[in-house]
Order: sequence, then C-alpha cells, then structure tokens
Amino acid sequence: MSDWTLAELERWDERIREKVEAFGLDCYPQEFEICDQNAMLGYMAYHGMPAHYPHWSYGKAYEQTKTMYDHGVTGLPYELVINSDPCLAYLMRDNSLLLQILTIAHVYGHNDFFKNNFTFTSATRASETIAAFKTRADRVRRYIEDPSIGADAVEQFLDAAHALAFCCNRNAAMRKLSPAEQKERAIERARPRPDPFAALHRRVEPPAPDLSRVPLEPDRDLLLFIRDHNRELADWQKDLLTIVDEEARYFLPQIETKIMNEGWASFWHHRILSALDLPPDLHLEFLVRHNQVVSPHRGGLNPYHIGFVVWRDIERRFGGEGSPEAREKLAAVRESERDQSFLRRFLTPELMHELDLFTYKPRGEHLVVSEVSDEEGWETVKAALLARVGSAAIPVVAVVDADYRGTRTLYLRHEHDGRDLDIASAEKTLAHVRTLWGHKVHLETRLKGRPALLTSGPDGFDAKLLV
Amino acid sequence: MSTVFRPYSESDALRSDRSAADRKRHREKLRRALKENIADIIAEESIIGRDRDRIIKVPIRGVREYRFVYGDNEGGVGTGEGSTRPGQIVGKAGQKGEPGTGPAGSDPGVDYYETEITLDELVEIMFEDLELPDLERKALRRLMAERTAKRQGYKKQGIRVHLDRRRTVRSKIRRKIAAGVAALASEGEEPEPFGFRKEDLTYRRLVEEPREESNAVVICIMDTSGSMDRLKKYLSRSFFFLLYQFVRSKYENTDLVFIAHHTEAKEVSEHEFFHKGESGGTLISSGYKKALEIIEDRYHPDHWNVYAFHCSDGDNFESDNAAALEAAAKLCEVCNLFGYGEIKPLGSHYYDSSMLEQFRSLGADNFHSVLIERREDVWPAFRQLMAKERETAA
Repeated sequence: MSDWTLAELERWDERIREKVEAFGLDCYPQEFEICDQNAMLGYMAYHGMPAHYPHWSYGKAYEQTKTMYDHGVTGLPYELVINSDPCLAYLMRDNSLLLQILTIAHVYGHNDFFKNNFTFTSATRASETIAAFKTRADRVRRYIEDPSIGADAVEQFLDAAHALAFCCNRNAAMRKLSPAEQKERAIERARPRPDPFAALHRRVEPPAPDLSRVPLEPDRDLLLFIRDHNRELADWQKDLLTIVDEEARYFLPQIETKIMNEGWASFWHHRILSALDLPPDLHLEFLVRHNQVVSPHRGGLNPYHIGFVVWRDIERRFGGEGSPEAREKLAAVRESERDQSFLRRFLTPELMHELDLFTYKPRGEHLVVSEVSDEEGWETVKAALLARVGSAAIPVVAVVDADYRGTRTLYLRHEHDGRDLDIASAEKTLAHVRTLWGHKVHLETRLKGRPALLTSGPDGFDAKLLV
Repeated sequence: MSTVFRPYSESDALRSDRSAADRKRHREKLRRALKENIADIIAEESIIGRDRDRIIKVPIRGVREYRFVYGDNEGGVGTGEGSTRPGQIVGKAGQKGEPGTGPAGSDPGVDYYETEITLDELVEIMFEDLELPDLERKALRRLMAERTAKRQGYKKQGIRVHLDRRRTVRSKIRRKIAAGVAALASEGEEPEPFGFRKEDLTYRRLVEEPREESNAVVICIMDTSGSMDRLKKYLSRSFFFLLYQFVRSKYENTDLVFIAHHTEAKEVSEHEFFHKGESGGTLISSGYKKALEIIEDRYHPDHWNVYAFHCSDGDNFESDNAAALEAAAKLCEVCNLFGYGEIKPLGSHYYDSSMLEQFRSLGADNFHSVLIERREDVWPAFRQLMAKERETAA
C-alpha cells in the first residue's frame, strides 16, 4: 500500500510551492483529490470532470481504458489535472511517495500553463469550468428526462453533433467577424481601387458583391452554423449543438498545446525536484521515473519527451539555466505560442537531428523511413511534423453555401492541404451532418490529386470526381 | 495561495460508479451491432470449435464514432534512436495505433473495434434473433424428468410440517376479536385463556408439478471425403457448429451423435468431428446406414425424437446413389426431421453431380435440403432449415 500520509504530502507540497514561487511560476490556487484506480478510470472517461452529461461514448472510453489497463497494455496516468480555477488534480492513492511529489510538482507546471498560455486564456474561463460542465450536464439530463424528447432522441442527436465537435475555428484569440462586418468587408473589397490611369482608359465596372449569399465568407464553425441556420431545429437540439461546441472549445487548447504543455510540466517537475534536496533513495527513484516519463517512444512521438527537450534547449540558447533572461524568454514563449508555432520557431535542425526525427510512409506491407533530419531532409520532416501537431491533425472543413443551387443543400469544402480524407469516415460523418442539417449535404475535397464531391442525400452516399 | 488536499474517501469510492449507465448503454449498442453482423461473425474460422466459456475477439463496426480524419496512407513522423536511415523499416503498414499517429487529438482511432465476448454470450445473441424452432413436438413421447412440489393455496387438513403458523395465529386472533375477548382485556380485566382450536389450523397446499422433458437426439453426419476440400469442410463445420451450439444451448437433455463418412462411416467424438480431416471416395449411403444403425441400437424412435443432418458436396459415387436414396428414405421414416445441406462453393464444379437432384425424388415431408455456396450462406441456410422445422411442427 502507500508509503505516505496526507500530512507528509502537505509538507512536501509546501516545499514544492516555495520552489514554484521562487521559479516565478504563476498558478491558480491548487486542489488535490486522492482517488483510487476505479475513480481514476471514471474520471478519465469524462475528461476529469466531476460532472458531465451522459453519453454511451464515455462508457466506451471507460471500457477501453479499463481493458488496456487490466491487460497491462497501459498504466494509468500518475495524475489527472483539469484547467479550472482553482486548478483541480487527482492523485492516485496507490502511488509511492516519490511519485506523488513528482506529480504535485508536475501539476503546478500545468497549472501555470493553464493560467498563462494564450490558447487557454482566450478560449476558456477557468473559474467557471466546473460549474459550466455541471450546468451542461443538467441541461442534457433535463432533455433526457423530458417525455417529449427522451433518451433516444438526445442520444441520436449527440451522436451526430459529436462527429463535428472539433470542426470549429481553431484560434479563439482571433475574433470572428459578425455577419454585418463580413458584409462591410465584402463591399469594401468590391469597391474599385484608386486608379492613377483613370484619365487614360475607361474604368472597368467591378462586379457587384453577392450579399445574399449565406455565409458571406466560408464559416468553419460547423455546429454553430447549423444551429443558427437550420430553422427546423427544436430549441433543445440547438442547445445540444451549443453544448457540444462549448465542450469542444474547452478541450481545443489542450489539443493545440499538448507538446508544449506536457513539456513545460516535465521541465518544471524536473527543475523543482532537483532543487528539493531529496534524500538519496527518493532522488534515485526520481531519476528513474523522470526518465520513464520523458523517454522517446521509438518510432512514435512522446509529447513529454519532445516538449521537454525543446524547452530545455530554449533555456540553454537564451541565457542558460537559472539566468533571468532565460526565465523571461521561457515565460514569454509559454504565454504566446502553441505547438505549431512553438515547434516552427524553436525546433532547430540540430535539435531535430538529436531527436532523430524522421518521416515514414507505407510501402507494401511495411512502414518505411522516407526522410531523416539531415541536411537535405530536415525541412520535409519538420513540415510533416507541423502538419500533425495540435489541431493541424484535424481536417479543416468550412461551410461555403447554405442554400446550394436554391435547394437548401449544405455545401461544405474541405481545405485540402495535400492530405486526402479517409473516405469511409467522411461518409459516416457526412451522414451525421445530414442528420443535423435535415437536407442534402455536399463536401468538396480532393482525392488522389483530383477535385471530388462527396454527397450524402436521401439516396445515400455518393462520391464522384469532378474532372 | 493555499493548497487543498482532499483525502481518499472509501465510502465515496464505493458509492460512485458514475459511468455505469453509459457503460450499459454502450454494451447494448455493442450487442445490437453484433446482431447485425452476426452472419459475418459466426463464419469467422477462429470461432468454430472453441470452448464455450472461452473469450473470443469479435470485430464490430457500428459502435465507432466517426469524424473527418485524414486517410491512413499518409505516413507519419517519429523519433528514432539516433541512427535512422531512409529506407529502414519501422513497422507494419495497415496496423492502427502504430507509431506516429501523433499527439493527442489527432489519433483517428482504431478502424474497427474489437470486442471481447464469450462464445456463450455470442450464441445467445445469435439465437435471440432467430425465432426459436420448436424442436419438441406436441405429440411427443415424454419422460417425467423430475417431480417438484409447488405451493399453491391453503387447506384445513394436512400434516404437521406443512402447517402455516402465521395464518394459524391470525385465524385465532380473528376469532378472539370476534368473541370480544380482546376488548375486555383492554379494560383491565383478567383475560380468559384463549387457545387454538382445530379450525384455526391452516396448512399449505402443495401441488406436484411434473416437469416434462423430451428425449431428443441430433445426429450430425458429415462427408469427410477427399473431394471435400478445406473450404467445403469449413463451411459444413460452420453449419454443424451452429446446429451444435443451438442444440446445446436450448435442450439440455439432448444427445448428440457425430458421424464422419467417406466410403466408410464411423462415429467420432465432438472434437474429432470439428477438427479432423480425412480423405477418400464418397459413399453417402455409408453415413446413412451408420446413422440407422445407431438409431436402431440406442435411440429407438418410439422413445426418442431423432433429428439427422447431413452435409456433403453431393459428389457421390454414382453407383451408390440408389442405395443412398433408399437409406435416406428409411431415415425419413425414423426421424422427425432429416436435413441435407449441400456445400457447393461458387466456382467449384457446380453441375458435376448433386445429391439435391437425387433427393428431389424423395417424397418425405420431413426431408429438407439447403444449398450453401459461400460463407455468408451458412447462417441463412441454418435459419431456413429451422424455419421449415417450425412449419412442420405447426
């Protein structure tokens, strides 16, 4: 069983907090809850939230994690921490004292990151996190209990809404223009440029902008667009779309900063524990555990590993360990970057070589290394890496026309970046979109280099090449 | 800044199983998906001949959550150990959850989802959507399997052990109140002793309930000759496997006999039947004769319901056809149902020879034949046979 008492943890926590303050981390008040494996599995299924609306997918998540855990495929995380104010974290009861100390220090790293990184501060309100999840849960439960709606209708609608959960604007810090502003911009664009040679030749009449089109500019917020433009939806359906969208926006920052966030927490737990003067036995365990956490996953990407290495490199390059310049630089970077920009700016070719980053492609039945991070290859590898971190791993789909050819058909466009969509998933997802929209849905994309149109209509699914 | 530590609370942990309802719902969806794909699943070779409590992995589509994701032929990015060179093999293609699916949020998830289920559970699901054939006929020869007693009402006469004390006492009290004794007692007077009378005594009435069980035997006859190639054997085994699971799950008191034949027939064990292959020519009559012999010896039709099923590719020695037909006719006489499944995988020499043609002249009502051409046919064929059985039973 455990080799620690709560009083001991509190003493260690006090010492850790001294270090946290000395290192200049800026945290929300912290709360720890000790829980056992079952509770941890339960929290994991619901993303750590104390209250969450019910849906079978969370039962599935639970079963999958539990199966993997029972078969020893994966261990449970040492900790689970959620972005809230006060910051809430769960500690596993059966972990050793050292693991608890390490975890507590790690949690303060996340806590500081939540409070300061722009993706979190612009998209979420930490002080309302838990209450917001609770309110949403209550709303969904109310619809389930409403005899005129019922569990099945809610479930079906949620199934469809979940399919589009992350089809939304990725950067909450960039304000979306209101329809009125979009209209202004469209008119502004259509206005003729001042022509210095106006006296010499006749002015070309600019085409009038089509202001009746909905949307005026491609809209990436699919759920919200459907909510606002499908007049056939009932209020509870619109509310479910809002709920799913709000949750997705809450989790998006975590997707966007996985590498930075985990790297940052690992960087600081390492720094804090090194400064704690641990007794030799604990220190040895610390080194072992830390190395496990930040060890490379061969052939894969361990966000803890990559993040840790990059943060350490930034510190080294901008003034060295402990210097005020370096500390200032680290704080600035953790505030204003996300995985995409973080890696683009701070993952140097030398570091890539050190990490031995490579790209691979399927060839026959094998995965074969195509490029490595050498002189010629690093740029390709970096581009491939950037296309896979954060929300870049999720295809961007935007609404182009809500009334295509006057038939209430929803016309979507996939912003193709060289990677084709998986057709089988696209087919099922489009069926979900159709459920939400209530009419035919088109999705324009490219398949094997050629433009293609996927359609989900009353006659089922259809995919055809446009040329 | 102060930190709060909330201690572990055992009672909270025991009380809260918050995901229980969602897990149950997921389980239900899983079951439905299983049912929809049952024809595919039961034809999976790995299932045949397994122990019933063994856990099997079943691929299911339908409980997946879909999103827009990138296709899987795009490769990925990974870290190596410092000496990775172009052209090096780092894994197997087509395996999901392999290296480089990227950090959180980007994982497209496993393509199709495998669930674990015991064979028993699967068989249960399988027969759930099959309307159960009534293997037990109305005019059956029945055995009194067991006598059990069931409580049904009360009576005034009986033996001591059946005495119902509560009712007896209640009856006495009722009488006492009626006699006004209780009212007197409340006024402080010395109550007279008030004893039980014979009419108070109430006994439980027990009714004997005979449980009737039918005596049934299912005879599985399989052609194991050389012309039965791997695929054909596999198809017939799947068919028998279904039959076998079905009979075992529904009729506890049912005997099963396995007969394998080529030019000679012999009775084999269940394991041999499902696992062993043989070769040689085909004399279908041999299998039938063996079945008749066994029926004669052990399962006299006066006492047993006999069901016989035969699977073959119909590639019989022509000289044997007459004998086979004759034996089949005899089998029909002693059996409640005699089923014949012809296994003709598409692409095999379809018109070479077929017992289906031969059996057409067999006039018996209780003879039924089905044709199995591919894996997917096994389940419908089985259903068809069972449906026929229902008709004749009705």
